[in-house]
Amino acid sequence: MNLKANNISFSYNKKREILKDVSLSLNSNQIIGLIGDSGSGKSTLCKILAGYITNYDGDVTIDGKKIPDKDFYPVQLIFQHPEKTMNPKWKMEKVLTESWNPPQNLKDMFGLKDNWLTRWPNELSGGELQRFSILRALNPKTKFIIADEISTMLDALTQVQIWEALINYSKANNIGILAVSHDIELLEVLCDDILHFEDINNL
Amino acid sequence: MEKLLEVNNLSISFTQYVQGLNRHDLKVISDLTIDVMENEIVAILGSSGSGKSLLAHSILGILPYNSHVSGEIKYKGNILTQELKEKLRGKEICLIPQSVNFLDPLMKVSEQAIGECKDENEHNEKKLRQREVFDKYGLDESVDDLYPFELSGGMARKVLLSTALIGNPNLLIADEPTPGLDRKSVEETIEDIKNLKENGKGVLLITHEIDVALKTADRIAIFYSGYVIEINKVENFSDTDKLLHPYTKVLINALPRNGFNFSEGVQPLDDVSGCPYYENCPVRLDKCENNIPQLIEHNGVMIRCFNIGGVNDEP
Repeated sequence: MNLKANNISFSYNKKREILKDVSLSLNSNQIIGLIGDSGSGKSTLCKILAGYITNYDGDVTIDGKKIPDKDFYPVQLIFQHPEKTMNPKWKMEKVLTESWNPPQNLKDMFGLKDNWLTRWPNELSGGELQRFSILRALNPKTKFIIADEISTMLDALTQVQIWEALINYSKANNIGILAVSHDIELLEVLCDDILHFEDINNL
Repeated sequence: MEKLLEVNNLSISFTQYVQGLNRHDLKVISDLTIDVMENEIVAILGSSGSGKSLLAHSILGILPYNSHVSGEIKYKGNILTQELKEKLRGKEICLIPQSVNFLDPLMKVSEQAIGECKDENEHNEKKLRQREVFDKYGLDESVDDLYPFELSGGMARKVLLSTALIGNPNLLIADEPTPGLDRKSVEETIEDIKNLKENGKGVLLITHEIDVALKTADRIAIFYSGYVIEINKVENFSDTDKLLHPYTKVLINALPRNGFNFSEGVQPLDDVSGCPYYENCPVRLDKCENNIPQLIEHNGVMIRCFNIGGVNDEP
């Protein structure tokens, strides 16, 4: 499968344009890195790709077809701060199974411990929560993952662990990944190709 | 050189209500010992959410009411009581807080940098100092009248840094000053922190980013599951053979440029009766399961591991 963004333009207000004619293409078997300055609009692009922002110019397609917004959205976004993406009044089991019920071997692969499931989100650390938010996004209907600085807040070891698990699963299930980060060294290890945001944004 | 800050056997725990009136003590920092000299930067490296910021908050005396603290903190040899903390903070000891959320959203940035004043004269004096510091960090006069929401991430960080420096402190505590900044801003922050050291100040840098610690600090303390497990000189981090604790080695080898090596294991959530790294340790001994090793000195390195040194031999 191929995820394509064609000539995306967007601005939050009339004064300042953030994205202009941004195009990119991601295949299912690819991991592509995206690097750029803070405040340059990387996260805005991620939100457009994952269907969070809809009032943009241009279009986002999978295999040339518009993505239907009435069904499970096949492009899933994982954020930098998992604690902000979870209902604080739900226990972790409900947070995870809201999306799907992953098999035990997958939980093991992501290092999820059984006793974490009965905890509230504020009782787990950022690294532990991020494991949940990634696994939650890996619903069988997911075809592409947009990873927006998902390991920025984590220590180096946890960073290796979650990327290893995410990439193994994605390779096995033919899921394409767009990895956004400030860390060029990390992207060089992970990605098949690295895009510089200022090169694709025609401002 | 004088010892600016000395923390001995500090433990912090919180009382939480779990169900109804059942209370539960949550231990966040256990038996933490560290010191900072003049002209020195000491980094505390630990994963985010592990409670490092609480160390900063306890030095300044701004912990929430349901916390319990044991152990002692000394500043220039004097024990820091709550009274002394309140006297020194903002003057001799300053904090660069973790995020922009620490700025008052309804106050112009110059006014919050100046802070509380007794009268007009003091305000004018401090205003001059504020301009001087803002200028030094490239914040021109147009920034003075902005509100926090109008600042970019990099500017906000400079405002936080300037605010901490207006009192001309001897000891600066920097709590995660870099995450989310792009490479250029990170380099600038690193330079700023190094400059403080050149001016004879002591800095306690709290971070989870190894690179920032490696580029700035003289010594690095590794924080794992509430314990400091190793304090080593920064030179030794370029060669994992010179690092003593098995977790430190694993952590350094997990860096993208050192091979991005995978190892199993997560930090324990609940209190453990022995060494916090027991479950994941490749060189564990039988006694590690139920005994906690002490932090001891071994050839100039502070280490908490039964495999190293003779002092920890018998519990």
